[in-house]
Amino acid sequence: MTHEGRPDTASPQRVLSPRQMERFRDRVLPHLDAAYNLARYLLRDPHEAEDAVQEAALRAIRHFDGFRGEDGRAWLLSIVRNACFTLLRRRRSGSEVVEFEEAVHSEEDEASGPEADLTRTLAVEQVQEGLARLPVEFREALVLRELEGLSYKEIAQVTGAPIGTVMSRLARARRHLSGVLAAGPEGGA
Amino acid sequence: MECRDVLDRLSPYLDDELDPVASREVARHLESCPTCAAAFARQQQLRETLQQGLEYRRAPDLLRARILRQAHAAVRPEAGSRGFARPWRWVSVAAIVVAVAGGAWLVTSQMLMPQSDALAREAVSSHVRSLMASHLTDVTSTDRHTVKPWFAGKLDFSPPVTDFVAAGYPLVGGRLDALQRHPVAALVYQHRQHVINVFVWPETRDQATVAATQRGYHVVRAAYAGMAYCLVSDLNPVDLAEFARMLTGQPE
Repeated sequence: MTHEGRPDTASPQRVLSPRQMERFRDRVLPHLDAAYNLARYLLRDPHEAEDAVQEAALRAIRHFDGFRGEDGRAWLLSIVRNACFTLLRRRRSGSEVVEFEEAVHSEEDEASGPEADLTRTLAVEQVQEGLARLPVEFREALVLRELEGLSYKEIAQVTGAPIGTVMSRLARARRHLSGVLAAGPEGGA
Repeated sequence: MECRDVLDRLSPYLDDELDPVASREVARHLESCPTCAAAFARQQQLRETLQQGLEYRRAPDLLRARILRQAHAAVRPEAGSRGFARPWRWVSVAAIVVAVAGGAWLVTSQMLMPQSDALAREAVSSHVRSLMASHLTDVTSTDRHTVKPWFAGKLDFSPPVTDFVAAGYPLVGGRLDALQRHPVAALVYQHRQHVINVFVWPETRDQATVAATQRGYHVVRAAYAGMAYCLVSDLNPVDLAEFARMLTGQPE
């Protein structure tokens, strides 16, 4: 999304009719939790997440004319993720980009037996860390799928990527993370 | 289908995003191939770990309130709503009067109410708790037609719920609370960056507005027309008293 021109932090002009305000309140505002959650996982910083959602909400208000009323959540989320990606581009100088290898693991190293409980606790930590290290587009797809329960079509709508890309991002992210899980605490790197 | 094709399709299979034919083929293959079945089990386990281990982060109430306020501020005044907006202009003039008169009046009234300290203290604790635990509201809505019915069945009275957006005090939501062991309605309003908790319960005797300060928070109490109100906020006491007057509808 192009972003030049005036900063989006200025308070919006009086762009909403009272009826639009009602629609905005009923169709878009209920998805602020989803918006914030996504921003938290993309940016990994609560303050930046709040800024991003705030900025996205202002854009949403300003461009509410463009909302056709089909899916308020996907519409808001796509604005939020664009705000997040703008922040990320500004933030990083190449340091955020992590190339990730799909761990090639043998099929026999499954954890099972009496250590299963401990393994489980460790697994949560490993997966959280693994998720945090994923390139942001892959993290985004997983969060939208697993935490938000969006379909591939909806994820494509939010991210602007073709459905095939969504599918392969999810597959790669999962293969990587289940590799991290299977490799155990030492093998993540 | 060969193992390689199946492994490529495990992720969309897990998501139920394969077409029916491919989905059946993968299922059939998994029944007969332990290697692929193990890989699929790993993906299922990963999903479980993600869904249980990853926290879903809710938007902070203040962010929600701020966005709501901006949306309200972006509403065009229309012919129909003008009559509604105008009385508040009158209120803002009145506010100046209240501010001047109120300054002196607040100081005196603060000394008149030592016996209600316990209640004020409790109200302030509840206010602080509501901000800290990020449990500001049980029902989050600016729509009084949503908030008011929400209390029905939870309280044995119906608190008056009004939105004062036009005067700069948008409704944020409501919550059940208790003061001195009685259940009360907590209505949450916002004015600029300040959150205002308004505790409401039935009270037959009218009571003139009194103000106090507890742990740096301002507390304004009044009772009028069958309801008692206790407002707590870090908003300055003059504005808070003015807002109390709007809420209670008490004449000057």
